[in-house]
Amino acid sequence: MDNYLIVIVCGIVAGFLARWITLRSDYRHYPTYPHGQLVHLAVGFIAASLGAVAVPAIMKPDFVAVTFLVLAAQQFRDIRNMERETLTRLEETKLIRRGTDYIEGIARVFEARNYLVIITALITSLVVYRWGWPFAFIAGPICIFLSTLLMSGQRLGDIAEVVPGKVHFQGSLLMVEDVIIMNVALPQTKEKILKEGMGVLIKPKNDDARLTLDAPGQRQAIIHDVVSILGSKVDIAEPDLMPLARKQVDKGYLGLFIVANEPDLDYLMEIIRKIPVLESARGTALKSYFGRKAAD
Amino acid sequence: MNLDVSLKEAILAVVTRNPAKVGGGGCPIFLAQDQEEMEKTALLLARILGGIVHDLENDVFIIVRH
Repeated sequence: MDNYLIVIVCGIVAGFLARWITLRSDYRHYPTYPHGQLVHLAVGFIAASLGAVAVPAIMKPDFVAVTFLVLAAQQFRDIRNMERETLTRLEETKLIRRGTDYIEGIARVFEARNYLVIITALITSLVVYRWGWPFAFIAGPICIFLSTLLMSGQRLGDIAEVVPGKVHFQGSLLMVEDVIIMNVALPQTKEKILKEGMGVLIKPKNDDARLTLDAPGQRQAIIHDVVSILGSKVDIAEPDLMPLARKQVDKGYLGLFIVANEPDLDYLMEIIRKIPVLESARGTALKSYFGRKAAD
Repeated sequence: MNLDVSLKEAILAVVTRNPAKVGGGGCPIFLAQDQEEMEKTALLLARILGGIVHDLENDVFIIVRH
């Protein structure tokens, strides 16, 4: 019985650590400290327990218990719904929205991480059961390392080049280099934009990247992340200086315009390079035969 | 559920100093004497209505909520 206890405890600890390490609150403002994080740590703990007791349950053997474990694992599907619902509600009161694509991506990540926790706990407890508890210190870290490695997706810097673009006016049209952003009428606004506005061009490296940048969800995610770090001069009922990302329809690259509270172009470009490529927006044209043919 | 019911993508008001360019259409039209008054009226209206002033480049400004 003592043996089982060690197996389970090792599994739970490894799984819980995995959840803790993958739980990050940064510029995305989510989940917030401390209550939002506590929810996820608690759910992560339950997931770790599930994974950890699976091996002793099979070895006992208690197949009824295993069946119940599978049933319990179904509960983690609700995590995605919970995240989606919360974030969608919060959208209504945001000046700059995340966009549904980004929310969907976040929700999916939260669900997936719990499955990673289950797998980590399962593998660790299996190793401990087979070879003894000291091996938990090997199996656990490896599992955690692998799960962080596998779950770090592409970033915008991998698929596109980010270069500075000149903000200027053509009549009443606001342009970033040759990309039309919007129509601005008032001279005061124009003056402010010329003085404080920053422009950036995001040039896709291939056809897949072009499709990714086409997706309005991906563009909204770029804007949201940039604004959540650098700030913007948009206020309720004063949307004149709304940051926008528009496409150069002929050449396929994006022009991004923003009037930020922290007008630092170098950091703006660095932030854009670090923005995650959304799974739902990711272009896959080059994976298809005709896509590759049409690309050349 | 979105409880905030509002006009989107609609012209809320027209400001012009050339009445011949506009007419009808069920949208309030504000006449101005000169460019300066036009800009000022447009700015105030945009702030009140929460819209953006766009220039049609023919002495007509429209205020649009996006």
